[in-house]
Amino acid sequence: MPIVLIVAEQQPDGNLRKATLNAVGAGQQLAEKAGAELHVVLLSKEPSKVSEELKGLGAKVVHTAEAPEFEHYLAETFAPAVAELAKSLNADYVGMASTAMGKDLMPRVAARLQAAMATDVMAFNGSGADISFSRPMWAGNVFAEVKLTTPVKAFTVRPTEFPAAEGGQAAAEVKAFSPKVEASRTKFVDFKEVKSARPELTEARVVISGGRGTKGDFKEIEALADLLGAAVGASRAVCDAGWVPNDLQVGQTGKVVAPQLYIAAGISGAIQHLAGMKSSKTIVAINKDAEAPIFQVADYGMVADLFKVLPELREALEKAKS
Amino acid sequence: MVDVPVSCRSREYPLFKEKDVKILVTAKRVEDPESKIKVKPDGSDIVREGLKYKINPFDEIGVEEGLRLVAKHGGEVVVVSIGGKEVQEQLRHALAMGAQRAVWVNHTGALDQMGVAGLLQKVVEKEKPDLVVLGKQSIDDDQNQVGQYLAEYLGWGQATFASKVESLESEQEKSKTPALQVGADGKTVQVVREVDNGLATLECQLPAVVTTDLRLNLPRYASLPGIMKAKSKPIEELTPEKLGVDVTPKVQVVKLASPPERKAGIKVPDVATLVDKLRNEAKVV
Ligand SMILES: Cc1cc2nc3c(=O)[nH]c(=O)nc-3n(C[C@H](O)[C@H](O)[C@H](O)COP(=O)(O)OP(=O)(O)OC[C@H]3O[C@@H](n4cnc5c(N)ncnc54)[C@H](O)[C@@H]3O)c2cc1C
Ligand SMILES: Nc1ncnc2c1ncn2[C@@H]1O[C@H](COP(=O)(O)O)[C@@H](O)[C@H]1O
Repeated sequence: MPIVLIVAEQQPDGNLRKATLNAVGAGQQLAEKAGAELHVVLLSKEPSKVSEELKGLGAKVVHTAEAPEFEHYLAETFAPAVAELAKSLNADYVGMASTAMGKDLMPRVAARLQAAMATDVMAFNGSGADISFSRPMWAGNVFAEVKLTTPVKAFTVRPTEFPAAEGGQAAAEVKAFSPKVEASRTKFVDFKEVKSARPELTEARVVISGGRGTKGDFKEIEALADLLGAAVGASRAVCDAGWVPNDLQVGQTGKVVAPQLYIAAGISGAIQHLAGMKSSKTIVAINKDAEAPIFQVADYGMVADLFKVLPELREALEKAKS
Repeated sequence: MVDVPVSCRSREYPLFKEKDVKILVTAKRVEDPESKIKVKPDGSDIVREGLKYKINPFDEIGVEEGLRLVAKHGGEVVVVSIGGKEVQEQLRHALAMGAQRAVWVNHTGALDQMGVAGLLQKVVEKEKPDLVVLGKQSIDDDQNQVGQYLAEYLGWGQATFASKVESLESEQEKSKTPALQVGADGKTVQVVREVDNGLATLECQLPAVVTTDLRLNLPRYASLPGIMKAKSKPIEELTPEKLGVDVTPKVQVVKLASPPERKAGIKVPDVATLVDKLRNEAKVV
């Protein structure tokens, strides 16, 4: 039987990244189409922290490797270990979520397995041995259907396009393995985490993003976000200026989000920004310029000054709440 | 710096600099990011008539970083592009920015990331740079793969999504100092990376592969004298055959399609209407 191997990812706090659940969900879809068995692998300093959770996600086998070297993710130590497991299983597909780690790691794994790769997969098509992948190109202006012709096929998936695997399913067999941990030419130096009390951008139900129109004043955006339990996002212009942390950038080269509600304030709607938020369920745009391209994708547009609208909106929502 | 005899080095730069580094940077030819991309009705390609072409924005950032490193340490920036003869435009652009010389791998027709990485591996083995700087992704394919494949093929360390702590409007950026920190002994490079939820710093032994993110630097404009000078800088021509690389694509594009169109909604006159719509129509608050 063919095998689909999904790589799990832990957060710095040791918990499973939510995107891993979507990647396992994607793995399930692929396994069904390809008539394959789903396996999951976790490399960790402390796999026990999440192996219980991984067990119930519907995979056949959960492989765990425990080593002190896996404390900090490094492509050079993780790639050989994943590739070694994929080889020993004879896996046909190896994939994970398109997170920063997924994008860094998976091509290196692919290179080791002489596998071709598709990045940011949005859907799997076909069945049996004849599987193709849908993925965006040109900042999401084009959807391509691609086939990978190598025996092993690698991919990352866009978490927003796949439902999260649900817990509590038939328990997977948990197998420990001990890969050869290769010496790395690269050393982890440090990680400066941007801590925020707000929900994570890619996971939030509501996202409020500010653009250059805010002139760097995010007070009203943050106040509205706090009222709605929303995450804060930004356009590239805002991150480039250093007004907010880089990892709030939404777009082609930033985060891809698909919340229930996306509010864009003072964002013009360049194609690179739209690439990261176009599949949100409801889009609200607030912009002074009636011609701004953001209005072409907005369900509700307001041609107005954001500094006037945002406080009014917050007050109205506050009132409606009570 | 690393296992390259000094005699192989270009000595254009004064020797009082601390170190010299040889940097190989890539310059892919891509559609201007401002252009409207449309799919042909038969889904075989995009409509290419009337499109403008540029150097991949991430690669331009790579060229800039290379130039800053060489200004600080001495050495040379060699730029490489793979494609038909039109990619010489992008090579000339990098040369006009200040790169010393160029390598053109002449290939027309389809090419995937494994093909590109395979060709670059051979160019690297020939040139023996201390550092290879690529873009994190090309804005046409959006694959984000070549640098990582290349690092694995070479058995080198990789630091993807290179950025810096300071913003693009900081003094540090204005002074045009490089963000990549070459160690005092010339054996390592420290790279700040943009990752999820923060900035991670890695130290790679040289030689290494780095891929650039948007906030690594603001690329310079090519000056008029730079453009004039670029005309006489050498471009070496290679081919996949000469390099002995089979570039048959393993990623086959079956069909292109336009994404589902999102319809523009309505304009609301005031906040009260907006709140009403969000509550009663969209039911999201
Ligand atoms: C390779 C590449 C990758 C890129 N990747 C991304 C990406 O991932 N994400 C991204 O966002 N961008 C990306 N960009 C940049 C993108 O092209 C745009 O430049 C950027 O999105 C513009 O940001 P903005 O809308 O905030 O600024 P602007 O385009 O300057 O728009 C500001 C808007 O604010 C409005 N405004 C001003 N004042 C007010 C006010 N008081 N009230 C209401 N409205 C007001 C103006 O009318 C204007 O429409 C990328 C570009 C390139 C070349
Ligand atoms: N044809 C090419 N010529 C030169 N460099 C390339 C080419 N294709 C890709 N690259 C490099 O690889 C990087 C990543 O591209 P990709 O993996 O295709 O998204 C780009 O930013 C370029 O630096």
